[in-house]
This record gives sequence, structure tokens and C-alpha cells, in this order.
Amino acid sequence: MKKGYFGDFGGQFIPELLMPPLIELEEAMKTILPSEEFQTRFTAMLKENIGRPSAITYCPNLSKDLGLDLWLKREDLNHSGAHKINNTLGQGLLAKMMGKEVLLAETGAGMHGVATTVAAAMLDMKAVIYMGATDVVRQEPNVNRMRLMGAEIVSVESGTKTLKDAINEALRRWLADQENTHYCFGTAAGPYPFPELVREFQQIISKEARQQFMDRNDGDLPDVVVACVGGGSNAIGMFHNFVPDESVKIVGVEAAGTGEPGCDDSAPLDHGTDGVLHGMKTKLLQTEEGQILPSHSIAPGLDYPGVGPEHAHLQDIGRVDYTTINDSQAINAFKVLSQREGIIPALESSHAVAYAIENKDKLQGKSVLVCLSGRGDKDLGILDQIL
Amino acid sequence: MNPMQIKIEKANKQGKVGLIPFLPAGFPNREQFWKELEELDNAGASVIEIGMPFSDPVADGPVVEKASLKCLDDGINLAWIFDGLKERKGQFNAALLLMGYLNPVLQYGLDAFGAACKEAGVSGLIIADMPLEESDFVKEAIEPHGVSLVPLIGLNTTKERMALYADGAQGFCYFVSVLGTTGQRESLPTRIKEKLTEAKEVFDIPIALGFGIKHPDQLKEFEGLMDAAVFGSALITHIQSGNTSDSFMEPWK
Repeated sequence: MKKGYFGDFGGQFIPELLMPPLIELEEAMKTILPSEEFQTRFTAMLKENIGRPSAITYCPNLSKDLGLDLWLKREDLNHSGAHKINNTLGQGLLAKMMGKEVLLAETGAGMHGVATTVAAAMLDMKAVIYMGATDVVRQEPNVNRMRLMGAEIVSVESGTKTLKDAINEALRRWLADQENTHYCFGTAAGPYPFPELVREFQQIISKEARQQFMDRNDGDLPDVVVACVGGGSNAIGMFHNFVPDESVKIVGVEAAGTGEPGCDDSAPLDHGTDGVLHGMKTKLLQTEEGQILPSHSIAPGLDYPGVGPEHAHLQDIGRVDYTTINDSQAINAFKVLSQREGIIPALESSHAVAYAIENKDKLQGKSVLVCLSGRGDKDLGILDQIL
Repeated sequence: MNPMQIKIEKANKQGKVGLIPFLPAGFPNREQFWKELEELDNAGASVIEIGMPFSDPVADGPVVEKASLKCLDDGINLAWIFDGLKERKGQFNAALLLMGYLNPVLQYGLDAFGAACKEAGVSGLIIADMPLEESDFVKEAIEPHGVSLVPLIGLNTTKERMALYADGAQGFCYFVSVLGTTGQRESLPTRIKEKLTEAKEVFDIPIALGFGIKHPDQLKEFEGLMDAAVFGSALITHIQSGNTSDSFMEPWK
């Protein structure tokens, strides 16, 4: 397989001026990442600062309601409230050991921005966060958190003013400021080596969850593993160590937007086509002429017209089933999990929970392990207007 | 020899720097665009670089991005560009080059794109989001149609990578003068001279300096190290202010 590719997907489709920092990063992955110094410091931070391992939680009330065994991998319990911190702390430490001083990031829901800011503060680095102007408004609590912790927030007014445009602007900033700045890419997407690097830091989710589930179930594996997919970092982390387990059905859930015919959505794996954006060949929402279409989801973290290339590959080879959940189904799951288990899920994760609810009939009697990628406090402002 | 190289070397033989103006296709509007191209051609452009508008132009600064997105809103696409150029084939003295991003070209179909370029009299292509590592499949598709992929290098490109780009390169080499996006700058980095010297040692085709260029006076310190100059944002701003391409080109003649 060609370097940086997952089957037909991946690559490095970026301006030549970004190749030197990517080559530098690839080199650091080979030398710094496996070093004892990095591994010792990173493992200590995962335990002491993030609170790993995160729990898995059995949901007795919902399991009874639905007629299945529902388990949650609780990335929402991580410090800063989502799986994103696994990656930002890993990349932050790597960047620090590379001699970088600034962590640059883009963010949609704000969770990656918060996690990058936390990592920067912990590592005595500066955080610069690009965020679409629309997301700045709808994710105000996270913007306030980032500002409090010292991040420079850049509100992006171009294009659709969401994650896609924040990535464009962050890439432009990196072009100009590459010597002292590491672009802490937020999901398992973008040009090589980012998809592999982010997966490396996120695969701890499935490494822990797999063992925890077996420990609680006499060595059995779950029947179904589910995660929501925007760019796909929590999903690739949740799937990675289950991929070799043929008995485990793996499901990725994309956002169907309002679900109305012709609406904007965020489901490139469901009905996108092959194309190139943000440094990678992958599945994209695009016109026949190759212009990128606007995406939509009530969950800002899923609001992206592309997807990490490994997901496109896993779909291509038939190992993972990708399906969709719409806004109202996700809101229902948000409410149901909150009321029945006392756990407020992020709207992103609510899409994954909704899969279990909406498919309860065909999941009767099965064990379903869902990645709860983040907590939903940040979404109360959005839901206030709806509930 | 590729027409782009011939035209730049012709200007150089006359003691001039090759001029490579850039305009997004359909700018400032559908009709006026073709008039601007004629003016640029009549004013002595060696190569005219036509931008293929893309929704997510990460290598472009705000001036080019805004102009390109307006063109997209006006319905400009590759079919419109090729149709317009085919109608005018043979009318331009300058060589023609298309510049843009990979995805629209991929969706058009690489072989069809190469064939359309040939039919429209286009002899060069720049893809801003495609480094050396990903370029083989594009070169293989377009070169049989007489279309050359112009290498894009910059201040942080090592001499070793320059050599890889130079191997089999045709037309000219586009040297990006800044670490950043397109757009006018008040001053250019001091490292340019050193890197241009390296590029001159490596490439046996003309070197064009682009990004941040707005006036010929900026080029004096690079005499002998570059053969052509690319200007886009300054030209776009000039036209947006109600001026003509002809008056922009005046100080360059």
C-alpha cells in the first residue's frame, strides 16, 4: 500500500510549502513518539491529568427499555469533557518535544479547541484556535472556556463559517507560521501523517473498552460497537482494536441533518463521492463539478463535508457499516439518555446513542457498546431553543 | 519546447522579465473577463494564468479567494472556461496556463481535462494542493496532450526536493516568494535570493517569482535570479478599483 494511504484513500494533497512541516512531523512520529521519554510522560499525563482509563458504564434502565444490553465507553468523563484530549495532549507533547511553541487548531463544536487549549496550558505553550463564526455563536460555553484558559480565538467569517472554513484558515495560518507552530489537527483526517497520528492517540479508547467489556462479561466481546462519525476520530479510536474481531459488528453513525429530502447533511460516507479536500482523498459532499457542498448537523462536531480516509477504506472493504441519524432522532437520544440514566451526552455522541434506540428491534438481546465521545453541557444553549 | 518556456525566454532575450498575470476565470464578470485577457495579451504578457475557481482555496489569500468565490457564484466552471478559450483559440500571443485545485480537475476527469486543454490551446497547469509525492498520475494523464505540470516550490523547499521537481519539468518553475498565501506584501523575505540561487542551479527551465508581487521595482534586487514574475492579487485589486488591465501592465512594459 502506498505510504499514507488506506486502500484508495488518504495521501498528502497540500501545497508544497506544507510538505516540510509534514515531513518533520512524520520524522518525529518515528523518533520521538516511540521514545521512552515520550511514552513515560504521556502515560503519566493520561492517568494524572485526563483521568484514564475512562469507565465503561452499563445502562440498566435504557437496556430494559430497549431490550438490549447498552454499554457506554465514557470519554465524556475525560478532563475537558471529550475524547479530544487524548489527541491534543499527545500531539501537544510531541510538538513540545519537537521544539514548537504554539499549538494551532481548528474546531467545530469547540471540544477540540478546548482540549488543545488545555494541552497548551499544561505544556506551557500558546494556543491559537480557529473557529467558524457560526460555531462561535452556537458553542459559546466552549469559546468562554478557551478564552479563560488563554487561547487566542480567531472567528472565521469566510465560506459557510463552520468547521470546513476553520480548517481552511488554520491551514493558511500554518503555511505562514510553520517554524514555531504545530498544527494540532483535530480529527483522523487531513494529509498523512495526521490520520495515522490521531488514530495512534485515539486507539486507547478501544484498547481500554475491549478489555473492560471482556472483564465485565466473562471474556465475551460485544455484539455491536457504535460511534458517531464527523471527521471520525472518536470512531476510529473506538473501532481500531475491534477491527480484527470478526464477530463484532461495527457501526459508524453520520449526521443526516434534518433528514428531509434534499437537506444539507454531514453524511459523505452515505452518499458522498470520491474527491480531494484538506489534504486527503476521501468521500466528500460535493457537486458534480467538484465544488464542496455546505454541510449541516445540529451537532457542530459532525458538521463537516468530508471524513477521515480510513473510514472511507473501512467502508470500501465492508468491515464497518455506516448509517445515518437525523437531528430530531439525536435530540430524542439526548433527552432519553439524560432522563433514563442521568448522563447528558454531547449532541455528536447522541447520534451514536440514537442508533441503538432507533434500531432496538433488530438489536434485541444483543450487547451494544457505544462510544460516548463527549458530554453535552456545551449543547444546552442549542437545546434551550428546541426543547 | 513548451510554449510557456518559449514565451518567457523570448521576453528575456528582449531584456525583459516574462510577465505572468493571474485572473480568476469570469472575473470581474463573464463578459469583461475576456476583454481583460485581451488587454493583458496586448500589453505583452508572456503567459496568462487563468484561475479555476474552487470553493476551498487554501493556498489563496483573501483577495483571490473573494474574487474566485464570486466567479463560482456567477456559475463559472471548467466547461465555461474551455468553451470560451476554444472560441478564441489562436487569438492570444501569450501562452495559456490554468491554475487551481485538484478536486474540480479530478471530477472533470484527468484525461478529458488534458484533451480539453489541448483543444482550448492551454499548455500548462498548476495545481496548488498537489505536491511532488502525488503528482505522477496527473502528469501521466495530461502530458500526452501537450500540457505541462508547472512545479511550485518555495522558501522552505530543500535543494534535494527542488532537484526532484526539476526532473522532467517543463514550461517554467513557479517560485513562491513567501511562506503564506497569495497576496500583496510591502516587503519580500531576504532569503529569497539564496533560495532563487539554488533554484537556478537546479532547474534548466525559467524561474518565475510569484506571491506578493505588485510592482516591477520589487524585482530589481533579484535580477539574474529569476526570469518571470507572477502577479494576481495586485491586478485583481487594480481592476476592482475600476481600472483596466492595460493600465496595470503599463509600468511593467
